[in-house]
Amino acid sequence: MSNDSNSVSPSSSDLTVIIDTGCANLNSVKFAFERLNANVVITADFDVIRSAARVVLPGVGTAGAAMAGLVEKDLVNLITSLTQPVMGVCLGMQMLASLSNEYGGRSNQAIECLNLVPTEIGDLDNKGLPLPHMGWNQITVTDHPLFTGIENGSYVYFVHSYRAPLSDYTLASCEYGETFSAAIGKGNFFGVQFHPEKSASVGAKILQNFLNMGKAQ
Amino acid sequence: MLAKRIVPCLDVREGKVVKGVQFRDHEIVGDIVPLAARYAQEGADELVFYDITASAHDRVIDKSWVSRVAEQIDIPFCVAGGIKTIEQAREKLAFGADKISINSPALTDPSLITRLQDEFGRQCVVIGIDSFYDSESNSYKVKQFTGDEAATKDTQWFTQDWVEEVQKRGCGEIVLNVMNQDGVRGGYDIEQLSMVRSICDVPLIASGGAGTMEHFKTVFEQAKVDAALAASVFHKGIIDIGELKQYLHTQNIAIRR
Repeated sequence: MSNDSNSVSPSSSDLTVIIDTGCANLNSVKFAFERLNANVVITADFDVIRSAARVVLPGVGTAGAAMAGLVEKDLVNLITSLTQPVMGVCLGMQMLASLSNEYGGRSNQAIECLNLVPTEIGDLDNKGLPLPHMGWNQITVTDHPLFTGIENGSYVYFVHSYRAPLSDYTLASCEYGETFSAAIGKGNFFGVQFHPEKSASVGAKILQNFLNMGKAQ
Repeated sequence: MLAKRIVPCLDVREGKVVKGVQFRDHEIVGDIVPLAARYAQEGADELVFYDITASAHDRVIDKSWVSRVAEQIDIPFCVAGGIKTIEQAREKLAFGADKISINSPALTDPSLITRLQDEFGRQCVVIGIDSFYDSESNSYKVKQFTGDEAATKDTQWFTQDWVEEVQKRGCGEIVLNVMNQDGVRGGYDIEQLSMVRSICDVPLIASGGAGTMEHFKTVFEQAKVDAALAASVFHKGIIDIGELKQYLHTQNIAIRR
């Protein structure tokens, strides 16, 4: 049923926008959507972002640097005002939270994030395991539409040292030292800690589920 | 549970995948993108592309293929070879590489590790270490510029000291390549890898020596590495990645299937 959308041809009214946050890895996310024949652009243009069917907030690096980048590009108010599905990826997910304790050497204070999902990002309690948590790990999912057709125990690719704790806003969980949120969300804002664009067929399925959202314009 | 990673390494020279024995006498194995796609299809968990000539000859890799790989494969990959500056690293990441691996330039200027970490986060910063067992001094030592035999030289570093130094400076992962074992398929150096594991708090990738499926089992079980890298056994079809993962699964090692 949901696989029908694989054959839907892209049109300008079904645009997926990857916000150009100025961080380095934007192309891998774009390529992953293109492998699904999606109509996708990377941009920081306000009008294009506002008119998109769905929006991706990517990110690598530190929370402090990433938030500074959003402020510099004047994107904070724009992002928080969006009403279409918005998916954060990795650090992009963490930026949806209220606060992050990843200072990145810039200060000793918690970084104020977008405050779209009421949770706070903190250190992953690795219990002596190597950090970063890097590699393929298994997720337990909820019935959020992002995880339609994804089985519990599926492997996806993670790279991170900070995490969102389990909370009312957890959409999927994973275990590494502790059990933490592999995905969080509230309303039209949600995000995944792992990299669906690098998670082989499981990741492609999750991205396809995202493409199935926000179709009604 | 976090899966142990199987990582084919594609040594790149002049835009082709090559493989030498103990870093010498390189032979062409095949084209980059089709090989990368094949390994991803067979179940590789990650790929490493290493331009073996770049550091030694003071030039950076032709990066057009980085983008072509990123377009076609949906698993993570790391690019290594002659990355000496923030801008060179940014370029590889922008083309779609997930990580960049630094070896000789980090030995020349260890501050590069910290600067890369500050700019991109430590998860992108892999340090490759070419370590060899020096029988004269009965110790492990680090070599530099190993991509070219004529340029290869010893460094002041004992392997364990360098492993601790690169972590302190902010690397996110270490690839330990044991040179005495490279390309001869006699098995990973369990003793050395176990020693490094005991002082390594970041993910550790074993490299050098894989010849049989049992070697992978042993290095995961005994040296407790996070990933095992190999080249010739995959390129020459001696080990099939799918069969290897099936075997490791039956040996109760956590593997993505």
